[in-house]
Amino acid sequence: MREYKTISRVTGPLLFIEKTHPVAYGELVEINLGDSIKSGQVLDTSEETVIVQVFEGTAGIDRQSIVKFTGKTIKLNCSKEMMGRVLSGLGKPLDNGPEIIPDQQLDVNGQAINPFARAAPKDFLQTGISTIDEMNTLVKGQKLPIFSGFGLPHNEIALQIARQARVDGGFAVVFAAMGITNEEAQQFIMDFEQTGALKRTTIFLNLADDPAVERLVTPRMALTAAEYLAYTHQMNVLVILTDMTNYCEALRQIGAAREEVPGRRGYPGYMYTDLASIYERAGLIKGKTGSVTQIPILTMPGDDITHPIPDLTGYITEGQIVLSRELHRNGIYPPIDVLPSLSRLMNKGIGKEHTREDHRASSNQLYAAYAEGRSLRGLAAIVGEEALSERDQRFLAFAKEFETVFVQQGNKENRSIVETLNIGWKLLALLPQNELTRIDDSIIEKYSKELGLLFFKPKAKEEPEVEKIHVISQTTGSNSSEAQPQDNNKAKTEKQQSKNSEKKSKKQKIKKRK
Amino acid sequence: MEIKTKAKIFRISGPVVVATGLNARMYDLVTVGEEKLMGEVIQINRDKTIIQIYEETTGLRPGEPVENTGAPLSIQLGPGLLSQIYDGVQRPLPELQRLKGDFIARGATAPALDENKKWEFKATVKEGTTVSGGDILGTVQETKFITHKILVPPKKNGKIKKIESGKFSCKEPIGTFESGEKLFLSHKWPVRTARPVKEKLLPQIPLITGQRILDTLFPIAKGGTAAIPGPFGSGKTVIQQQLAKWSDTEIVVYIGCGERGNEMTEVLTEFPELRDVKTGAPLMQRTVLIANTSNMPVAAREASVYTGMTIAEYFRDQGYGVSLMADSTSRWGEAMREISSRLEEMPGEEGYPAYLAARLAEFYERAGRAVCLGSNEKRIGSVTAIGAVSPPGGDFSEPITQNTLKITKVFWALDAKLAQKRHFPSINWLDSYSLYTKGLSAWYIENIAPDFNEVRATAMKILQQESSLQEIVQLVGSDALPEKEQLVLEIARLIREGFLQQNAYHEVDSYCSLEKQYAMLKAIIKYANLAQRALENGTTVSAISALNCKSKIAKMAFVAEKNFESELKKVENEMESEFKNVSG
Repeated sequence: MREYKTISRVTGPLLFIEKTHPVAYGELVEINLGDSIKSGQVLDTSEETVIVQVFEGTAGIDRQSIVKFTGKTIKLNCSKEMMGRVLSGLGKPLDNGPEIIPDQQLDVNGQAINPFARAAPKDFLQTGISTIDEMNTLVKGQKLPIFSGFGLPHNEIALQIARQARVDGGFAVVFAAMGITNEEAQQFIMDFEQTGALKRTTIFLNLADDPAVERLVTPRMALTAAEYLAYTHQMNVLVILTDMTNYCEALRQIGAAREEVPGRRGYPGYMYTDLASIYERAGLIKGKTGSVTQIPILTMPGDDITHPIPDLTGYITEGQIVLSRELHRNGIYPPIDVLPSLSRLMNKGIGKEHTREDHRASSNQLYAAYAEGRSLRGLAAIVGEEALSERDQRFLAFAKEFETVFVQQGNKENRSIVETLNIGWKLLALLPQNELTRIDDSIIEKYSKELGLLFFKPKAKEEPEVEKIHVISQTTGSNSSEAQPQDNNKAKTEKQQSKNSEKKSKKQKIKKRK
Repeated sequence: MEIKTKAKIFRISGPVVVATGLNARMYDLVTVGEEKLMGEVIQINRDKTIIQIYEETTGLRPGEPVENTGAPLSIQLGPGLLSQIYDGVQRPLPELQRLKGDFIARGATAPALDENKKWEFKATVKEGTTVSGGDILGTVQETKFITHKILVPPKKNGKIKKIESGKFSCKEPIGTFESGEKLFLSHKWPVRTARPVKEKLLPQIPLITGQRILDTLFPIAKGGTAAIPGPFGSGKTVIQQQLAKWSDTEIVVYIGCGERGNEMTEVLTEFPELRDVKTGAPLMQRTVLIANTSNMPVAAREASVYTGMTIAEYFRDQGYGVSLMADSTSRWGEAMREISSRLEEMPGEEGYPAYLAARLAEFYERAGRAVCLGSNEKRIGSVTAIGAVSPPGGDFSEPITQNTLKITKVFWALDAKLAQKRHFPSINWLDSYSLYTKGLSAWYIENIAPDFNEVRATAMKILQQESSLQEIVQLVGSDALPEKEQLVLEIARLIREGFLQQNAYHEVDSYCSLEKQYAMLKAIIKYANLAQRALENGTTVSAISALNCKSKIAKMAFVAEKNFESELKKVENEMESEFKNVSG
């Protein structure tokens, strides 16, 4: 192993070293500062200059520092002993425990699964959270991110899922934290310890004050550990990556330091490929019982879902769980907004063989009814709830109950899928039975008997369904109130217009930023 | 004295390698390093050659050898292509799994066509004939329903000295030219070069897909090009499968370019289960799949669309109709961007290379209907290219969507909102367009009905009227509209629900012949005209829409083709008598 004292330039996290022997691309590098040793990785290599990114930051490095090329790529020591351990973002023990004695040393970059070797994910994975289990079902081998915002309880949800996740055949959790605060990290560890979940969990911690470059390796470390447990020890592994936004920022930082041509909003053009090399490491392999399921968490800058980070993520992952600031403000936990959320593999993992025969239909019905109730809210805000037809009032009430009974649950409350489905049915009973157009009558019959449901009965009368605003204009005679509906319309159009202009100004903003 | 300099690696940066001392032409295929990784020359700068590598480059060192194969990236074309699954540079994925396990290892190679499989070759040319590029030498029955025609490679010609029928593998010669050059069942072709044709034809015949909204309203011609945007959850996969299943083309080439691994698995598990409706054989027997998922090397992703297109062209040259689906071309564009930025090229819009538009145009230009090369038999083949685009953030103004729309002639606007309303196929009839309608109108007049184009125009007009009326309805409710306009809404709804919606999983409705499509639409228009007249005679809209015949028209889609004519008569008679009754 040869050592050099030929650093020519240091900029940000990068070192430029000259006159070396042929150094391999991706090779691991040690930098000796005399009193400490830092590590790094070769980013670019040529006969003239080698560019190294330093994981622990370049503070303290001068041109006299000794650079040693190890000839190895970054590997993780893997063994079953990893479970129950807290490791650094580079895989070193942080819990004062012994070094991990490797059963295998695996390259952290992994290899792409041959598409032909993949098995289609279809096994239901219970998280104990109603909004996920019934409305956006997670299946084994899926990658389903949580799109969150600053200040929302995504970490709490992640912990709850890690604690509660159940699938036939046991579960291991690999938890990778990137750029989180020391406080958060301590909470994580405490929570894992207290609930006893730690013994089946491996934690990789990269804290906010750890160098950004280290963040680029942390998720790869975690996934390597997960793949090892899944494919060598046939375990079902759930990988939680938080927060991917910090990862992407680190990616941008390195890109800028290398003076690369930036893509959208300054993020490097290869971010899609880079993210894919992380997210695509979820999946199942034909003939193997182990699996890797991923829940990456990201905070959307400015709650903007079209920002490159959530956008590119959405194109790779199989759906998304979106958290809502509005629900959070209303004190609802978990504040999961089911309307923009989606699980693309849901249909494969639900139904008679996986959960229950009524799952698909009743989740569709809940979705439709909640969507209707939500859209009526805007109207109710303008004309007042009393002005709405009885039917619409029921939908409004349903939407409210849906949030406070179905979405709302304790962070220690672990609902089984049967419990969740039954809660859903009770809510549906708030509506008149003939409004349940998405469920087969035989199924409605069966479950209303089984659960003793009494569907809402509208008061006899009611003209045949008519557009609601029209009803008002018909029933009210006086001039003053006749003006009202028109005002409503005006208000509505104005609202729409302002919405449009809002959109426009947003677009312009985006353009300006570019 | 000649000094032989050995070519070696000078610099490595991600998928881009710079070599010195290499004597290579642009786009030559080279092998790099001790492990002989595959790469392609993409830039030459004095004595430095810039190469994009199709595999992970970790561990490569400056100074390792580089060798030139002397030929551009080429793929093997011959019997054995059908039902295969390849990666972006034609490595067979099932074979790689057998050799190297579940993960794609570096430097793994396997022959694209099974070298040991023997094919029954029937020679159709006689010894002593002079042949030229594109001529048929003989045939191989590749699958039960597809006869693989063995062609003289384009640009080759000569007098055949010897040729014989019998069992051959792709390695064994089936004959020789007078010149001594051997003839094989397969030949190689560089993927970035379009295969020549004798003459390109105007797209004047529609590709019949059996999907009403496509065939009647937004038809694509055989040899045409179309773009589909695929927002989340808009039912893109179902449409692609319907197209693969029902289009009247013989061969399907599906390119999964930079998409999700699990999604590709879905295609890989579902396609083999799909049955070809005409023959009952598995659809895979006339399909070639290219799978290059998002985590596979980016340079191979860039090459994958060319690989797919070359295979499609090869089958076209045999006189077949081929439909090519590329999902998604946005990922291909991003691969170009990524490589371009590694080359430190001056970026164009949003960091994409300035040649993005040119590359997209070149690709779509390789589609077309053409008279195939070859003198001994006149063959006409076609490649119809359907490319999916995934605009980031759903923003259609981004460069890939814009540049694609500039070239493709058909736009099928998949709409997630329609999908949420359970309107399938969720193609938005207002945003979609087809520029082929004019060129195809003669065909429709001749083969379906003289007034086909008028019927379509009338339907479109009603739908258009509906959309402008909808804006008012949202504000004041439909009852506030004049009767005449309420009727328009009624009829538009009938068109939407009875004609545009089509159930892909319904035995009968999954495919609808053009004749039936025409008759259905015609019946709706007839209803519209009768209703119009009734309205003028003082009947109310509610009385009209209460008529029995309306629901009958809406359900015509589910009437089997063989009963359709008699059923249509019945409905039409009922319509006439009912309207007579209401209008008194």
